[in-house]
Amino acid sequence: MADTTLDPSAIAASEPYGPRPRAVFSPRNIFLYGTLIVVAVYYLLPLYVMVVTSLKGMPEIRLGNIFSPPMEITFEPWVKAWATACTGLNCDGLSRGFWNSVRITVPSVILSIAIASVNGYALANWRFKGADIFFTILIVGAFIPYQVMIYPIVIMLREIGLYGNLWGLVIVHSIFGMPILTLLFRNYFTSVPEELFKAARVDGAGFWAIYLKIMLPMSLPIFVVAIILQVTGIWNDFLFGVVYTRPDTYPMTVQLNNIVNSVQGVKEYNVNMAATILTGLVPLIVYFVSGKLFVRGIAAGAVKG
Amino acid sequence: MSETDTKRPSQLFRNLSAKIASVPMILTAVFVFVGGTAWTIFYSFTNSKLLPRLNFVGIDQYERLWAAPRWQVAIENLAIYGVFSLVFSLVIGFLLAAMLDQKIRFEDTFRTIFLYPFALSFIVTGLVWQWLLNPDFGVQAVVRSLGWTGFDFNPLYNAQIVIYGILIAALWQGTGLIMCLMLAGLRGIDEDIWKAARVDGIPTWKTYLFIIIPMMRPVFITTLVIIAAGIVKVYDLVVAQTSGGPGIASEVPAKYVYDYMFHAQNLGQGFAASTMMLVTVIIVVVPWAYLEFGRRQRG
Amino acid sequence: MTSVLVRDVSLNFGSVEVLKSLNLDVPEGEFLVLLGPSGCGKSTLLNCVAGLLDVSAGQIFIKGKNVTWEEPKDRGIGMVFQSYALYPQMTVKGNLSFGLKNAGVPKDEIEKRIARTAEILQIGPLLERKPSQLSGGQRQRVAIGRALVRDVDVFLFDEPLSNLDAKLRSELRVEIKRLHQRLANTMIYVTHDQIEAMTLADRIAVMKGGVIQQLDAPQAIYNRPVNRFVAGFLGSPAMNFIDGEVGTGPAFKTGSISVPLDRYTFDGADSHTGPAVLGIRPEHISFGDAAKSAPFSQQVQVELVEPMGSDTLVWTKFGGHNLSFRVEAEKPLNVGDQVLIGFDPARASIFDTAAGNRI
Repeated sequence: MADTTLDPSAIAASEPYGPRPRAVFSPRNIFLYGTLIVVAVYYLLPLYVMVVTSLKGMPEIRLGNIFSPPMEITFEPWVKAWATACTGLNCDGLSRGFWNSVRITVPSVILSIAIASVNGYALANWRFKGADIFFTILIVGAFIPYQVMIYPIVIMLREIGLYGNLWGLVIVHSIFGMPILTLLFRNYFTSVPEELFKAARVDGAGFWAIYLKIMLPMSLPIFVVAIILQVTGIWNDFLFGVVYTRPDTYPMTVQLNNIVNSVQGVKEYNVNMAATILTGLVPLIVYFVSGKLFVRGIAAGAVKG
Repeated sequence: MSETDTKRPSQLFRNLSAKIASVPMILTAVFVFVGGTAWTIFYSFTNSKLLPRLNFVGIDQYERLWAAPRWQVAIENLAIYGVFSLVFSLVIGFLLAAMLDQKIRFEDTFRTIFLYPFALSFIVTGLVWQWLLNPDFGVQAVVRSLGWTGFDFNPLYNAQIVIYGILIAALWQGTGLIMCLMLAGLRGIDEDIWKAARVDGIPTWKTYLFIIIPMMRPVFITTLVIIAAGIVKVYDLVVAQTSGGPGIASEVPAKYVYDYMFHAQNLGQGFAASTMMLVTVIIVVVPWAYLEFGRRQRG
Repeated sequence: MTSVLVRDVSLNFGSVEVLKSLNLDVPEGEFLVLLGPSGCGKSTLLNCVAGLLDVSAGQIFIKGKNVTWEEPKDRGIGMVFQSYALYPQMTVKGNLSFGLKNAGVPKDEIEKRIARTAEILQIGPLLERKPSQLSGGQRQRVAIGRALVRDVDVFLFDEPLSNLDAKLRSELRVEIKRLHQRLANTMIYVTHDQIEAMTLADRIAVMKGGVIQQLDAPQAIYNRPVNRFVAGFLGSPAMNFIDGEVGTGPAFKTGSISVPLDRYTFDGADSHTGPAVLGIRPEHISFGDAAKSAPFSQQVQVELVEPMGSDTLVWTKFGGHNLSFRVEAEKPLNVGDQVLIGFDPARASIFDTAAGNRI
């Protein structure tokens, strides 16, 4: 290495040396960040307008512009949206819808995930003859528009006496969550090393023991993904809520739509926006808390379309 | 295997736990997905009104359906909405993903902002945009108050362009997802490809156009199917944003189905309309499934 | 004449130092292999030379020109990647010509270069095919071709054979060597495979932790490794390491055994005493009659026999430490046999126990 033909001291002094010089404000960066910021503002604007509107009084809304921040902050619209806003049928605000949604979402999430995880596990590790046929039907079925199956399900639920009942809706959510969740769990359990499963069988563990003691504890991330997927999906549902429940058991989205789009009385935009934020709050919190897992969840959910 | 088989009581009880665990799947697949679909198609050839009745009228319901102005509007809207949301969400989604893929700072922040609308329901989305596009208080009023008094942007109350008002809201809600899928696709590209292109001296835009995008064909196709399946289902957004108005200008097939089944007490029409929705989906999905899975099995 | 010169190059990813003030001087026409375990910085160094990574400090010269800030395409290099990195939607011909077209090379010149490349690599019949229709070996040939058509002075190979199976790998290895003999270009070749390194290289740079441990001809590195890491990384089966200490005499003592070191050439000063490790390659240990004439010999008991086809690896205890030696496959040795082994201490390596350096 000593036989360098160039004089080392001369080299050290001369540029170029080290990293390439990069201008912070190169045209490329200005374009890139400029575009991203403009788009980001566009995406944030509706949220901003929602919040500002909900904090204004009606007189200010009538006079001012939707983008201006409130001159006088009032929380009255929020109180009203929660407790006393009218839907045309009743006047106890969103609170009823909120609790209905909780009563629907919690059992639906638990039931759908329980069914799908056990089923995915059976498909991945305990394949039996014919299982693949039903699984294929299930996946293909995910592409059938819900509208095609709505009415037959009405009849089925009526037959078993659950039509209009919260539990009927829970069953519906479990049915329509099944394709994507089963796929999710099946793919996950398939990726678990088969040796582990075989070792447990050699040790004498059966179907349920392996599921509860081995698969479940090592699959927590995928369960979290499934929970995110289901909580947001079920909370945001409107179609099933409006079809399979009665007015006193309407979920929050239906209640919200009825409040905002009710034709009676004067439109109270601030109350409407407060109600809208309240309804969007649960999935938004799930989104911001779960971060990257949400992306995983929707990427999985997107497969269902 | 055959030796052990003879010792077991019956083929049916082998692997019994797994079969029990699969009962909900089997019931769903057989009764809801296959049975329900067949039932609806079957009853779409009857003149069921308030209750399903087995009084066959041939393709009467379909003739009436395609003659109904409301259905024609719904189909036309679906076509416009479909084409534009396909094109725009693919283009915008890809461009955003490509920009986020430039090793930029605050990538996570930008991604979080672009994706958050996807966490919101269509109802919430529709109501927000209903407010933003309100002619008396929303964007139009604000721009007018800034001095452009002739500014006219009132999609929700103009039958000609109402579907574009819905499109704006839908793109706001959904492009984040497409961006995420595209970004995942971009990240899946072998980094050596980028290096090879740099050594070859290919400019970035040319690398995207001639190398990366062709490589991402499967991602594009899958995304296309996802968007398309979502388009056919569009319902809540219209209900929240316009309730199908003004008049019937923003009707969509899914809403037609619901209204005929549960409000107009004309089940037969609802069944026929939903069967047409199914046909639409089949037209989109079957060629894709053939390309995606048929080829894989042979390959 | 120097072809590639790396001068005090450092690279940090955040607080992680991947390359530590590295110097490297590659004369024109040399085949230099960068060898080391994964994460040693060898690929990173290659990427810096290619211009695919920015250095944090230091300079890179190619053909006497300071290219530290140049784009890869302007450095006069061609590069071959582990994953081939062929453009999958283009034919072989498209892959070869895309860069040239983009650089505005005239059409007939492109045709000429492709024809020459196809002839050298024997890929003429493949020109109209897509990469997906090629075998792994053919793909890698096309990838080499893509570097060749650029008509450059320096070729960079980033683990080009790692994705191939063992048989293909040895075939292509020969071909790359032939290619180097024919073109006589400077080649820098990254690998973690010591056999590739030994067979291909004019010189090997063994790297670890972002530092070049030893840079020398393959035989020199094999016979006189500068430290215990280099000694252990090269050679298969691996070198035996015997813990002990160097005492007066000089002699190496382990357990009850003492190996005289008067034939051993110490590095630098001659008075080394204290804890040390004796390294001896299995193939440098003789046995039976041959051992009798060796400068040092010792009676040992056979513990384990590993037949490997062409020869057999025999394991014994030496001063309480495991020791292996190679014998011809025909020699009938059984577990429990008492045998005489011997070696020439001049062929051994002795390392400082704490620092691991050769003494």
